[in-house]
Amino acid sequence: MSRQLLKGNEAIAEAAVRAGLQAYFGYPITPQTELLEYLSLRMPELGRGFVQAESELAAINMVYGAACTGARVMTSSSSPGISLMMEGLSYIAGTELPVVMVDVMRGGPGLGNLGPSQGDYNQIVHGGGHGDYHCLALAPSNVQEAIDMTAEAFDLAEQYRMITWIVIDGLIGQIMEPAELPPMQPLKTSYPDWATRGAEGGRKARLLKSFYVDTLEEEAVNIRMLKRWQEAREHLVRYRAYYMEDAQFAVIGFGSAGRIALSAVRAARAEGIKVGLLRPLVISPFPEAVVREVADRLEGILVVEMNAGMMLDDVLLATEKKTPVEFYGRVGGNAPLPDEILEEIHRLAKGPLTTSGHPRDRWFNRISKNN
Amino acid sequence: MQTEFVFSGFGGQGVMFAGQLLSYAAMDDGLHVTWFPSYGPEMRGGTANCVVIISDEEIGSPMVRNPKAAVVFNLPSLDKYEPLVQPGGLMVINASMVNREVGRDDITCVRVPANEIAEKVGDKRMVNMVMLGALIANLPIVPLSSLEKALREHLPQRHQRLLPANLLALKEGSVYLAEKAVK
Repeated sequence: MSRQLLKGNEAIAEAAVRAGLQAYFGYPITPQTELLEYLSLRMPELGRGFVQAESELAAINMVYGAACTGARVMTSSSSPGISLMMEGLSYIAGTELPVVMVDVMRGGPGLGNLGPSQGDYNQIVHGGGHGDYHCLALAPSNVQEAIDMTAEAFDLAEQYRMITWIVIDGLIGQIMEPAELPPMQPLKTSYPDWATRGAEGGRKARLLKSFYVDTLEEEAVNIRMLKRWQEAREHLVRYRAYYMEDAQFAVIGFGSAGRIALSAVRAARAEGIKVGLLRPLVISPFPEAVVREVADRLEGILVVEMNAGMMLDDVLLATEKKTPVEFYGRVGGNAPLPDEILEEIHRLAKGPLTTSGHPRDRWFNRISKNN
Repeated sequence: MQTEFVFSGFGGQGVMFAGQLLSYAAMDDGLHVTWFPSYGPEMRGGTANCVVIISDEEIGSPMVRNPKAAVVFNLPSLDKYEPLVQPGGLMVINASMVNREVGRDDITCVRVPANEIAEKVGDKRMVNMVMLGALIANLPIVPLSSLEKALREHLPQRHQRLLPANLLALKEGSVYLAEKAVK
């Protein structure tokens, strides 16, 4: 296969098709709509299921139903639409179903705006719906990663029986880049032993539910889910490191913020500042062991996000406040430009650095002088 | 080494496709490239722009504060990008739509009567190809032949009958050379 110039949203859609997506249910919302639009043509063309639902609530409950059959199902939306889906997602989690979700994040809270944002980090990584559950979340920062991660997301969702997210923002959704699509996989023909597909051959009926009146039974289900989460924490550690071999300082950022920081890191390197970049590819589970390990070797860390410091809290937990951490964020549907991050790297390299206080407070004090 | 381009104009002037065609050509030449559009509640007649970055290594930010080159299709785009182009950079200006001089002397400017040329070529929709031809003649990041090849391969099927006119428009634009070279 040769490289094609592909738009992020459409590339994810085609990658899902090639990974054996059997049914898609969604509702349009910018900056995600191209994904749904693409599948509205592509899925019927292949004789597969596509429904533009009447709302996000309907879409997520259609996903819930379809996932019960063990089929490969997906939906996509953007921040306000994702919020609407949270009840359904909690039910899907509680029923231990593999589902692939795509969130093309935009500015918020509320209806917000169409600009790129990472404001859904906490909603996706630390909860969203009610109850004790975790999701897997993959955070591509370019179109090729978006394709590769989408293809893998279906396998991970099935392996861990967990909701698996592709978390991007308007920037990665709208960008076009050269990328290569994987070959078309055949649709699955065998289904897991929990799938409700009609009691074929007179076998015993199966029941899928998220409703356990017996609290001890519910506790056992929760613990079963936690076991799978612990396995994911151990095995699903993915990140990309740039210029880290001799780094005294590091920028940590995921998705768009991570790739924008790469430009700043290169500019700083050109000035002789020994700074590297750590870009988590999986943000849930957060690669805390990796961050802890690199933090021990660093004089200071700069966390860059397109929110007010959500992953920052995970970095601080990982570093146990032993390494000085600073923060830079843009909020409300804005992305930083490389020169803004370069200025923060200068600040980091110049010092003085501290492990006391909170990096968010220092950042907020700096920006509130200009606003 | 990376080079950043902004294409800016009214929606409907072919600004987005001009950027895409450059991106296809760069991709086909084995380079890294990103194409990032302004997106949102856009409409015909509103403003539209896209940023194209071409590089020999993995591209970090797909957005840039100070592009190497700005291809401005109308006056509001000139007003917006004139202060932002890097010193030593290039502005390709659609002279048909701009009634003022450029204030900066630290950048190279090419004024192209793109609307008139497009009409002469036979279709006023070819403004974008005229501008792209002029851009590449003055900042040859990809050869003109790569753009021609990209045009043959990526012009939408419904527009293929316009291929000869598009190729001619590219060529007509490419004869507009600035007096001083881009640094």
